[in-house]
Amino acid sequence: MAFGPYFFLATLEGLVMAAVLALTALGLSLVFGVMRVVNVAHGEFFMLGAVLAWAVASTISGYPALGFLAALIISPLVVGAVALASERLVLKRVNYNPEATIVATIGILYIIQQLALTFYGPDARPVVAPFDYRIRFPWFGYSAYKLSVIAASAIVLAATWYLLSRTKIGLIMRATQFDAETATAFGIPVDKVYAGVFALGAMLAAVAAVLIVPIQQAHYLMGHDPLLLSFIVVIIGGLGSLRGTIVAALLIGLSDGIISVFFSPTLAKIIATMAVALVLVFRPQGLFGVSAR
Amino acid sequence: MADKRTSLLLPKKQGLTRRGALKGLGAAAGIMAAPGFVRYAQAQSSEPIRIGFQAHRTGIGAAYGRWYERVTTAAAAAINDAGGINGRPLEIVTEDDGTDPKRGAEVVEKFANQHKTDVVFGTLFSHVVVGSAPAAGELKIPYYVVSEGYHVASGNLNRYVFQPGITDVKAQVRAVGPWIADNLGKKITLVFPDYAFGHDHRDKFPEKYEAAGGKVVGLVPIPPTETSFTRYLPQIPSETEVIYHVMVGPGVLTFVKELGEFYGSSGPKLFGFLDSLEAVDIASPGLEFLEGSHFWEAMPRYLQPDASDAVKAYRAAVGVDDNGASVNDPKDVSTASHMFGCWETLHIIKHAMEAADYQGPADRAKLVEATEALTSFAAGAAHPQGDKVFNAKIHQSFGHQHISQVSGGKLNVVHTTSIEDGMYEAEADYTTMSL
Repeated sequence: MAFGPYFFLATLEGLVMAAVLALTALGLSLVFGVMRVVNVAHGEFFMLGAVLAWAVASTISGYPALGFLAALIISPLVVGAVALASERLVLKRVNYNPEATIVATIGILYIIQQLALTFYGPDARPVVAPFDYRIRFPWFGYSAYKLSVIAASAIVLAATWYLLSRTKIGLIMRATQFDAETATAFGIPVDKVYAGVFALGAMLAAVAAVLIVPIQQAHYLMGHDPLLLSFIVVIIGGLGSLRGTIVAALLIGLSDGIISVFFSPTLAKIIATMAVALVLVFRPQGLFGVSAR
Repeated sequence: MADKRTSLLLPKKQGLTRRGALKGLGAAAGIMAAPGFVRYAQAQSSEPIRIGFQAHRTGIGAAYGRWYERVTTAAAAAINDAGGINGRPLEIVTEDDGTDPKRGAEVVEKFANQHKTDVVFGTLFSHVVVGSAPAAGELKIPYYVVSEGYHVASGNLNRYVFQPGITDVKAQVRAVGPWIADNLGKKITLVFPDYAFGHDHRDKFPEKYEAAGGKVVGLVPIPPTETSFTRYLPQIPSETEVIYHVMVGPGVLTFVKELGEFYGSSGPKLFGFLDSLEAVDIASPGLEFLEGSHFWEAMPRYLQPDASDAVKAYRAAVGVDDNGASVNDPKDVSTASHMFGCWETLHIIKHAMEAADYQGPADRAKLVEATEALTSFAAGAAHPQGDKVFNAKIHQSFGHQHISQVSGGKLNVVHTTSIEDGMYEAEADYTTMSL
């Protein structure tokens, strides 16, 4: 294949990856930004989203798009409820203490993963894409659904941005992020904001998972990679920065797509990890992060 | 400091004394030695033969593991119904290895030391076999794998490891190579998983294919944990006439779908090892492009018109319908081209144990020698996949292979190779190793 189309394919692959990664990492970043909680169980919320998507889509028979749309609504809601429950039952009880929350979320990670193994089983199961159309470029074919994932992700990202920067809920979240104590003094129910943000973070991961599950299959071990990549993205972009997260997701997604097409996927991972190390050494707050006060 | 560290659990003075312990042990030994202690008196004759089944219940091999377990259960029931082994019933003890080599070795140790099984059996994934084999060799417990990897025949393992129930990859690819060159195309690109099993395909396929006038023009290794495959497909050279694909693990459906999206129906011809689609329904949406393409099968997934009574009986016992899916759930597609090996291997263990007049773990060395004395297996109820030749030097069987074409969303056998097509000279000799 000539260089042009080869590069085009690499870019498409990178964009799809970046789209899903941006959503997942945004959830992680939001939780850290507002709550200062490092959520190690984030990847499992992603996995749970995918597994629930399969469960919902397979109970609704008939036109595949119906099952998929139902999954797109129900799965994030259920995942949000699970996250809300674990926030109330666990994170609140350990007073959001940084060390304790890391250990607690590791525990949540294993609980969710093993419950998925017990009730969903060890198989990889597919969800049928809402539409099955193959775009024919002169050099190769490409799934139209994959392109629609990019669009869907962009819409969700825009909605999140609107929520954070243009609504009262967003204002309250930002106030809590800026200074939780002062926010309390101004009558903001910080406790409820924390619960809401944790649920929202998990729901973003679940949306990403529902979008990816017609491309990859739902599997109980699928939460591992998104967690690692999300951490990479969030560290490079700056914890708690929406703009930084999106830019870093594009950077990591595209470079991974292009490097792994032209060289090898291992090299792409090496470079991403090295970028994390460099950022941590030279700009610890991340590309767009603000230094800790 | 030292005198302050008293036990929290046992009050001082009441701890276990040496005298007390010896008394207890002596009493227990006395009871066991007494003539009325039935369990031990009868152990020689009617205790069940215990077979440790190392199963991939979880991890990337889970779909295979589920079917291996069903076939093993069905085969054990069939053997017990026919009178067991040497008149003793057969008992399967199952342990999950998580499709993980480290846990695999632990499971072998658990079978030998804790469950005290007579043999270990049933492993599929090559990295688990390679990881577990040294433990079996050290503990001197016969280890019958159903893996199809070349690692047993290569001579790299040890005298306690056998693969008598399924043909290895080297013989499989040698058998199909000339047919691909004659019928599909002379320029081939291999797409394979980048670890031992895939490397067997990469290294062993070219010899017979190139001898028949073909040429390998491209190699596309794919890391075993990969979940997205489109990025690898541009590496396939444009002069390629045939794409040879063999993938395993949870990502197989994604791989085949992306191959279809990339090429549509206008790409090179496809020859796949059914591993790429084991446990996956060929009529899945997105797989329409496979129509007309060819697959290697060890044992046909779909019931063929010329199926023998032995095949029909085997399928009924295992519980697969005419489409090769579970009779209880048409979406639960079997791993037909591998799982028959469990059925055949259990029957071979029975055969060898009866030949060795096997009584218990003390006779394990005799069992190894009795297995090595086997030379061939005739097709029939114990060997539904077909007749086989067993090479004792490399502990490996050789059988027939099938090439099937997808038509109407089903696989129909179009060619069956002879046993000789796949056979090769032994490159090792386990029988010279000490027991």
